[in-house]
Amino acid sequence: MALDKNGIAQRIAQELQDGYYVNLGIGIPTLVANYIPEGMEVTLQSENGLLGIGPFPEKGKADPDLINAGKQTVTALKGASFFDSATSFAMIRGGHVDLTVLGAFEVSENGDIASWKIPGKLVKGMGGAMDLVASAKNIIVATTHTNRKGESKLLRKCTLPLTGVACVKRIITDLAVLDIVEKGFKLIERAPGVSTEEIKHATEGILIIDGEIPEMKF
Amino acid sequence: MNKVVKNAEEAIQGVKSGMTLMLGGFGLCGIPENSLKALAASGIKNLICISNNAGIDDFGLGVLLRDHQLKKMIASYVGENKEFERQFLSGELEVELNPQGTLAERIRAGGAGIPAFFVPAGYGTEVAEGKEVREFNGKMHLLETALTADFAFVKAKYGDYSGNLIYNNTANNFNNMMASAGKITIAEVEELVPTGELDPNQIHTPGIFVQRIFQGTNYEKRIEFETVS
Repeated sequence: MALDKNGIAQRIAQELQDGYYVNLGIGIPTLVANYIPEGMEVTLQSENGLLGIGPFPEKGKADPDLINAGKQTVTALKGASFFDSATSFAMIRGGHVDLTVLGAFEVSENGDIASWKIPGKLVKGMGGAMDLVASAKNIIVATTHTNRKGESKLLRKCTLPLTGVACVKRIITDLAVLDIVEKGFKLIERAPGVSTEEIKHATEGILIIDGEIPEMKF
Repeated sequence: MNKVVKNAEEAIQGVKSGMTLMLGGFGLCGIPENSLKALAASGIKNLICISNNAGIDDFGLGVLLRDHQLKKMIASYVGENKEFERQFLSGELEVELNPQGTLAERIRAGGAGIPAFFVPAGYGTEVAEGKEVREFNGKMHLLETALTADFAFVKAKYGDYSGNLIYNNTANNFNNMMASAGKITIAEVEELVPTGELDPNQIHTPGIFVQRIFQGTNYEKRIEFETVS
């Protein structure tokens, strides 16, 4: 069965390593914070100027001067720091952030990503996404495998305006874990109970299936 | 040299039609509320505004947008404002969207006297259109130019009569760089204290960057998405 949003986030959390500095995008990526393994030290960076994001505040304790990049009220953990936006992007552009997790409208088999604009329909802007994908050492895309119309989001070529070129390393969807390799999307894991046929059907780009593909473990 | 002015109305003296303004804040966090209200009340039009976001429909920069005071916006994310989207898609408002880190660095560079610089963000995307591309260390980069403004409006938690500023939590964001990039920088603060009362070790923005300062009043500090555990 396909994973729900929390399932995707839970699988992404398995990619975290002790000592990592991580930037989580808006949407599914934000949920990854709920699944950081016990005892592992992972520091979350928010590009509006916070290193050490804590949980959402208790009711009645929200501070308008303390938000994340999604403009949600948050808290700051012990050892957190605040800084201006130029310093924040020095952390990102300078390669100091170990992992970036972000959502996407489309990903192509060479690792291009489109996530910020649907011409004539939706203009939200790229925010920090272009900076993040151009500079992070490791980029994981968190997304559903298909869009609401059932069309594949894993394409031969992106059709929407790009956020970055040849930058995505790994994609974790509701159906599968896939790596971008030279010739296309390499299937690494299947969601529990999802067949390789189903994944093939939902992937428009070239899908490389090498031997037996294990199921994700939770 | 007295930097202290009475209020926002006095602070915005000299802002004229067609000028370029910078406005600090991220979303509604750390926006110069008093100055924005005074600018809205002034009715000055044809403004070019540099701000990471465009406020929401009835607050912040959104009010200037609603009243058609803006000719052009330079921003990175405008998703929280329907009127913005409408004016943009209909062509009423000229918009230049920048990657957020590029926007921050363009402002920092403007204040630091660096006319242009190379960054990897936006290479291969529509942001790259018309920009010089150069390879450094095997990676492609775009030439980006600095931004300055006729007036920069910033908001801090504490300020002193000399213009030294201290921000609170994530309300620093674009304010610190913008303070350095305004020909005239206007700081509004929640608490204005006599020179000498702020700890020099804790100053975020040194007073040299600030030309006018005033104590703001009636801060609403609206929250866009109140999220609790």
